[in-house]
Amino acid sequence: MSDAVATATAKATPEPATVSAFDIFIQFLIIGATSFGGGAVAYLRSSLVTKNKWLDDKSFLELFSISQSLPGLNTTNMAILSGDRMRGWPGAVAALTGVVLPGAILMTIAAILYGMHGERVLVTAGLKGVAAAASGLLLATFIQLARKTLRGWLDVLFIVIAVVVVNWFRISVLYALIGVATLATLAYRPRSSKPNVEHKAT
Amino acid sequence: MNQLPWLARVFAYLSLLTVGGGMAAYPEMEDLTVRVHHWLTQDQLVHFYSLGQMAPGPNMNMVAAIGEHVAGITGALVVVLAFYLPTGVFALVIGRLWTKLANWPWRTSIQNGLAPTALGLMLAGLITFGKTAIRLGHTPIAFGVGINWIAVAMAVFVLVMMLRTKINPALLVLACGVIGVFTFRGS
Repeated sequence: MSDAVATATAKATPEPATVSAFDIFIQFLIIGATSFGGGAVAYLRSSLVTKNKWLDDKSFLELFSISQSLPGLNTTNMAILSGDRMRGWPGAVAALTGVVLPGAILMTIAAILYGMHGERVLVTAGLKGVAAAASGLLLATFIQLARKTLRGWLDVLFIVIAVVVVNWFRISVLYALIGVATLATLAYRPRSSKPNVEHKAT
Repeated sequence: MNQLPWLARVFAYLSLLTVGGGMAAYPEMEDLTVRVHHWLTQDQLVHFYSLGQMAPGPNMNMVAAIGEHVAGITGALVVVLAFYLPTGVFALVIGRLWTKLANWPWRTSIQNGLAPTALGLMLAGLITFGKTAIRLGHTPIAFGVGINWIAVAMAVFVLVMMLRTKINPALLVLACGVIGVFTFRGS
């Protein structure tokens, strides 16, 4: 044990060598079973950075910023990226499986129960309350995210465009995603040192 | 008819749309699972999605519930694999590449561009979801008619609690479920 610590500290990058895929699986299984309410990234940070010191804060934030610009959920992307950083692709597989498994099993059981009792008046009434709460919850998540990431009116414009094309014109999310993302990326294109480039296009 | 290949196809596709979170894919999920494949009703989809908010881990684990609903435990397994595996491989490959592209100027542009796109798609999903969640009965809300104001009040209550306190959201959802049993019994 102390040998492992000694070699790890000697290598200057302490993370990779010391963590086994099994350890990663167990740690993500715990996160997957205890992170209620969608804030799994906070749980990931306290587990990986604070408690186990498998990653430093800088690499955690770096991976998080990457995970936000990939398709897929933030939580699962973070599991994959940090698992990969700690133990290569077996680490990624272990992390993804661990974080998804508890919730997926619970939701499968929920669906079985729903199939048996979903038609009952009391169940439907309760679920209507749950749905109302979920709307408020999701709106709160949206507002918190918007506060953190909005950088100006241009961002608001892109949000409006996305909403209008999806909800009003009922355009497929795929085309809305490609269209708005392309438009927004071009709007935030790298600024060249030549001033004439800046005034070109759109 | 065997639905498994369709489940796999639909959920692998949907997972690609979940930029910045699962809600972005919601309008497309409603379209494909309710209108195209008739796997469940609009209300059932809202129920599963809401239940998913109470489950631990990624909130999109609710896809497992749809899989189970359509084709039993095998269905749940197929959907979970389809939803997480292809995008997972993509994330692994692009994640490695992305790390190497730290100094590529377009990387910042793409990240800056994707941020408002993800927010916009999330809001679009939220509107689609909310329209079913806060309606009275089963008819669509039109011109402000057919809104369940009690449900709206509950949503606002949760919103305020979320923004003002540090309360666990799963508890709020659970509490509203209990209140719902008593208040929505007649509707």
